[in-house]
Amino acid sequence: MRFSALIGRELRLSLRHGGDTLAVLLFFVLAASLFPLALGPAPGVLRAIAPGIVWVTALLASLLPLDRLFGADFEDGSLDLLLLSGLPAAAVALAKAAGHWLVTGLPLLLIAGPLATMLGLRPAALPVLLAGLGLGTLVLSLLGTAGAAIVLGARRGGVLLPLLVLPLATPVLIFGAGAAAAGSPRAALLYLAAILAAALPLCPLAAGAALRAAVE
Amino acid sequence: MPRRLQIVAVILYEGFVEFTAPVAEPAPRRVGGRLHRFANPGRFLRLSGRVLPWLAWPGAILTAAGLVWGFAFSPPDWQQGETVRILYVHVPAAWMASAGYAGLAVASLFSLVWRHPLADLAAAEISPVGAGFTALCLVSGSLWGAPEWGTWWVWDARLTSVLVLFFLYLGHVVLVRAFDNPERGYRAGAILALIGAVDLPIIHYSVQWWNTLHQGNSISLIGPSRLYITMLWPLLIASLGFTLVFAAIVTARLRAAVMERRIRALLQSRAEAAEVVA
Repeated sequence: MRFSALIGRELRLSLRHGGDTLAVLLFFVLAASLFPLALGPAPGVLRAIAPGIVWVTALLASLLPLDRLFGADFEDGSLDLLLLSGLPAAAVALAKAAGHWLVTGLPLLLIAGPLATMLGLRPAALPVLLAGLGLGTLVLSLLGTAGAAIVLGARRGGVLLPLLVLPLATPVLIFGAGAAAAGSPRAALLYLAAILAAALPLCPLAAGAALRAAVE
Repeated sequence: MPRRLQIVAVILYEGFVEFTAPVAEPAPRRVGGRLHRFANPGRFLRLSGRVLPWLAWPGAILTAAGLVWGFAFSPPDWQQGETVRILYVHVPAAWMASAGYAGLAVASLFSLVWRHPLADLAAAEISPVGAGFTALCLVSGSLWGAPEWGTWWVWDARLTSVLVLFFLYLGHVVLVRAFDNPERGYRAGAILALIGAVDLPIIHYSVQWWNTLHQGNSISLIGPSRLYITMLWPLLIASLGFTLVFAAIVTARLRAAVMERRIRALLQSRAEAAEVVA
């Protein structure tokens, strides 16, 4: 099937440029470890803000590879071919978002557990943090794909992209970090799931429209 | 009422179908067709030139009247005292911040679905003005918060969602102007503006969903006002004045943009003619 072939292509590309994924993970860990250095290593403070640190740094890290998400395909003409492949533009965007999550969101999720433990998060709060991050990184991948498609071909697109995506990502951050900090995380997790349910059809549609405008 | 809803539903559905159509072909001009008459720049300049004074002068007079009434002749609040007079700037600015974004979203819909050239320009010209009014709302609210809440800023739902609105406006301003081909900028900006429209209901309901420092709505289109009549009248007059001023600024900017486009076309054709002669 063309859709899964497209995801496979994304995965193969990122495997052969494995350094890109590694750089994202390294940024995530490095940025998070700056906080104990800046705020002091007092366990009480760190435990309270650990979910927030993990969330903010994960959000910033997931923005890093967006710049090149469509960039290379746009420059060498593959994007025109992808859009001519018979798949709707929205499906191409969805496949790209899935690829982005598999090579960025999933590794972030895997490394978030040890990182949160290093910041002193209670073990009991860890499953909630990871559940929230799992839902949240999916939304971030979808939003980021839409943002990357919108800035495609813009001057200084790489600088512009975070300016557009970060304001839209604030609800995810609020509910995601809120779930990990709150006593009963159920409501916040349900909100995250609701945001995901809305973003899943709408973001690829918007990204598809932007992709078609970009190759016009 | 059901008939009107039906028409709105049909327009939305047609827009959605045309928006998601996989093949890029000229959109059929059903709903937008009548509006395409105003795409003629000459006709637009003539019409808007006639309309502009009717927006600008009543807008200036109503704003001045509402503010003078609010600042000098309306009663002080029984709790807040004289500080309450910030209301007459803050609420109209907040109203225009949201209404301006709604206008931006509608213009973006027309620009995306019906490729209306005037809607492209309108979206590009609304966002800087809307950002200005949003800044006015945030600053006046902050100045009001300092004496009444004891803080310049809280990360409360209403304040945060309006701050996000401000960023959305600024993002649109930057994005539209970031492409070498202006058409691409209009498309990208329109898609962004429509995505950002989800913030509008969040702003509206933020004071009901999260009960924090910012107070709830005192006036509403339906139901009685919780604001006393001597405060309500100057507020309504100032709000109407702000609305007209907003419309006047956007119209004037739109006229300038159309003329700028004309001048550029003229210069280009002159340069090409000179090239032929040489």
